[in-house]
Amino acid sequence: MNTPLNHGADPEDAALRVTDVTKTFQVARSASGNNRLTALDGVSLSIGRGETLGLVGESGCGKSTLARTLMLLEKPDSGTVDFEGRDPFALRGKDLLSWRRRVQMVFQDPFASLNARMTAGQIISEPWATHRGLYKTPREREARLNELLQLVGLRPSDARKSPQEFSGGQRQRIGIARALALNPDLIILDEPVSALDLSVQAQVLNLLNDLQQKLGVSYLFISHDLSVVRHVTDRVAVMYLGRVIETGATEDVFERPLHPYTASLMSASPRLDPATRPAERIVLRGELPSPLDPPSGCRFRTRCWKAQDICAEQAPPRVTAAEAGRVALPLPSIGAPSGHAAECHFPLADRAEAGLAAGATTA
Amino acid sequence: MSTEPLHDAGAPHLPPPPAKPGTNRSNSPSMFGLLLRDKFATTGAVILLLVLATAAFGPALMGDLATKQNLMFANKAPFNPDNGWEYLLGSDSLGRSELARLVVATRTTLLVAVPAVAASLVVGSLWGVWAGYHRGIRETASMRIADIIMSFPSLLLAVVVLYVFSPSIANIVLILAITRIPIYLRTARAESAELQSRTFVDAARTFGTRPNAIIGRHVIPIVTPTLLTLATLEFCYVMLAESSLSFLGIGIQPPDISWGLLVAQGRQYLQTAWWLSIFPGVAIVVTAIAANMLAAWLRIATDPAQRWRLALPGRKKLITTIRTKESK
Amino acid sequence: MTMTALPHTDHTTGDGRQTVLEVDGLNVDIRTPQGTVRAVSGAGFAAYAGQTMALLGESGCGKSMTAKAVAGLLDPIAHVAGGTIRLNGRELAGMAERDRLKIAGTELGIVFQDALTALNPVYPVGVQIGESFRIHRGMNRRQARSEAIALMGRVGIPEPESRVDAYPHQFSGGMRQRILIAMAVALGPRLLIADEPTTALDVTVQAQIMELLRRLRTEEEMAVVLITHDLAVVAEEADAVTVMYAGTVAETGPVDQVFARPAHPYTRGLLDSVPVNAERGAQLSSIAGSPPELKDIPTGCVYQDRCPLASAICRAERPALREVAPGQQAACHFAAQVQDSTTLQETRP
Repeated sequence: MNTPLNHGADPEDAALRVTDVTKTFQVARSASGNNRLTALDGVSLSIGRGETLGLVGESGCGKSTLARTLMLLEKPDSGTVDFEGRDPFALRGKDLLSWRRRVQMVFQDPFASLNARMTAGQIISEPWATHRGLYKTPREREARLNELLQLVGLRPSDARKSPQEFSGGQRQRIGIARALALNPDLIILDEPVSALDLSVQAQVLNLLNDLQQKLGVSYLFISHDLSVVRHVTDRVAVMYLGRVIETGATEDVFERPLHPYTASLMSASPRLDPATRPAERIVLRGELPSPLDPPSGCRFRTRCWKAQDICAEQAPPRVTAAEAGRVALPLPSIGAPSGHAAECHFPLADRAEAGLAAGATTA
Repeated sequence: MSTEPLHDAGAPHLPPPPAKPGTNRSNSPSMFGLLLRDKFATTGAVILLLVLATAAFGPALMGDLATKQNLMFANKAPFNPDNGWEYLLGSDSLGRSELARLVVATRTTLLVAVPAVAASLVVGSLWGVWAGYHRGIRETASMRIADIIMSFPSLLLAVVVLYVFSPSIANIVLILAITRIPIYLRTARAESAELQSRTFVDAARTFGTRPNAIIGRHVIPIVTPTLLTLATLEFCYVMLAESSLSFLGIGIQPPDISWGLLVAQGRQYLQTAWWLSIFPGVAIVVTAIAANMLAAWLRIATDPAQRWRLALPGRKKLITTIRTKESK
Repeated sequence: MTMTALPHTDHTTGDGRQTVLEVDGLNVDIRTPQGTVRAVSGAGFAAYAGQTMALLGESGCGKSMTAKAVAGLLDPIAHVAGGTIRLNGRELAGMAERDRLKIAGTELGIVFQDALTALNPVYPVGVQIGESFRIHRGMNRRQARSEAIALMGRVGIPEPESRVDAYPHQFSGGMRQRILIAMAVALGPRLLIADEPTTALDVTVQAQIMELLRRLRTEEEMAVVLITHDLAVVAEEADAVTVMYAGTVAETGPVDQVFARPAHPYTRGLLDSVPVNAERGAQLSSIAGSPPELKDIPTGCVYQDRCPLASAICRAERPALREVAPGQQAACHFAAQVQDSTTLQETRP
């Protein structure tokens, strides 16, 4: 049942590679007179085949913008996106259309992402209206539709119903079926279970897991719920104000965070099991800075308890776990280091500094 | 396991909006059933149907009667059974039956109002939907054109145009249509602009759907109910506008008759033969009110999120139409 | 860095503390196209001064309806069809509108989920916060404004003097929620109802807001009724929990006790489906199916369609809330078995 853990640090093996993507928006002037909102400021990450990369961060960190950029809904100002050797922003016409089939998206809101005036069957088969070559005859389409419905745990008779007749979890299943309609290699899931009830979350997460086993799709799993991310992802990237500030295998990042922000995120999450709670919680000072006026140097310095002068003057360097003096724990089946790295002048030395009690786990 | 089919029952949505009768189709009332539940709307619909029937069949039945002059029966008051049924609504100075003239005039009135509304609806909506979807310069330019059209007093514009180009029915329809286009343009644009940022439209973009396909598949079906409701209200306005033009003498020209022209012709007899103006005036008002009642019902019935209010048992009508987002 | 100690929850719910809110046998009916359905059936719980009672459940369980019934904010098509709601000893159900208005804000405060829609966008926040002072304490505009500034400072809004005239959209989500909380506690009510106050917020902001609520609760000696679907938040913040399902109370009791040894299969199922230390790639335990529609609630136990323990008695008789441990009650015929098991699979009769 377990997918082989893919540490994904090897860029050659990556299905999707994002390099230094920047995206700014023009908005109304802020107090300081700045009217350019930098949503993404040099974001880089990679996802391997059949792997799940988690993307974690709070509002304004840019994860939604990144998702939209990867879906070509926004065009980056600089940087490259590379999907199996091809840059989607350079494609036109038929090539672009065929690229669209490789990457699909499941949206957060199961109510807003489906057109309430269409039936479930129409919603799921909508992509085929644009990609006519995929399933040529109506019979083929119907067969594929039934196949998709069954794949996500719905019935063929559900195709005739409209979204209002389904529950939130079922609507999300429709969204997943729609994303699968074009047989993509990579699915971007933008908070796919956040709007769902707890018992339904588990069902949908199980479904996603099953689909990955069966179809071998990669996932970019965006979520703010750390316990879900921990369970679902192989690797995770933490974003803050438009930059990826830490990345690595999920276990490593959760258990031994390098970056103070990651530690505070872990600390702030409420935990069900009293034994897993830290004795003391890290409470960050201040508010999230406006993306219109990000702090100079390290953007987290205004809320960081370890901040010193250098943090305001210089952008923090990328530090791997090994360089930070950590013992690189080998993964159970692969003896290679995990590619755990963070951008920080003063990465956390150990769990205690991260506010985590020795022995207790983070989720 | 996770892949076995789930129960059919959807999660209960507590009102507003309340639990939708999902599994059993026979439970949810059809549009017709909903219409019948609303007495006002049904009355409005019936009246409009009568008007339509009169316009369709009236001239065939009463055409001759409308032009038959009979000086013996000139200026007869209405509701006098001694005069016979054709003078139920009285007669004018030439002894023509007011009832017959009213019936025949229905066709002309509708012949102006319906095409004018239809034309402005189609042109204005398509234009507005396109402008709203694409935003940017297309939207701005369209809105400025709409502003220009709206800034002219429409009646004045009509007067000038019809004076210059002679008032045929076609010209009247044309000018009325043009002056009403901005109404649909602005509404369609506003709705389209809001819709194009919705998540399901984004989803369609992620499959690579072209803008026109998105407009046709998603935007137009959603804005159509609002625009149809608007059209129903506009229908009243256009009827009244045509009446004003005829009143001023540059609308329908005799021997054609419309309700507005009847009102105009009866104006000089208001003191002596009040029925010549009043009955056509009443016809205009009643049709306008009927259209309004139907429009009010249509507005709620065509919105799937609000439709449940019409299906509630009991006489208490809910005035509040609070727009609520469905919560999980 | 600032470290704060996590809340110490008091296990002895109710001992020696004043009862602020008592709900008993509450029924709320809704008129639907198919007739009247019961959205809340026989709900009962209590909230004590200085403590937090959590109403926990998924969507459609009736927790929001119950809170609205207490606050007198039910939608026109819903009404209280029975039961008692006692606030500081006074009966709220059936109270006249005028008396209701008197206690709104003074004895009862409510914080909503979505601060952006709960605040009027065209009035400055100072005006909105000061509104209760002007209505209930008869203050003039200037006095209300200075009270508002003081209150904003109290809830942790920086530089309140300069922000009191700002509009809601000029604040971040967390700040807006603080404003809502300020409005709710302005007149020192004995009861604060918080309806999913942090669901729309980031996790770090959530921690701050919950800390604020805790502090205010202690300062004002308020009873807090916290409505949420997040078990972890309940585990950390609440002293007692009432688990609701399909309009009924499934289980209630001190939170540590209920979460450690649940006596209702639904509570057990919820606890099991939280991804905790689960292996990557392993299946999460989940509750099959989904909650019933209000009009389809079965006779007998409401949970029977999803319960692995369901048997003939469950279909025949709706279990009453029974005491299963000191201070803990559950509505289940097999409560004892649920309590003694670690997973539900073991308890199949």
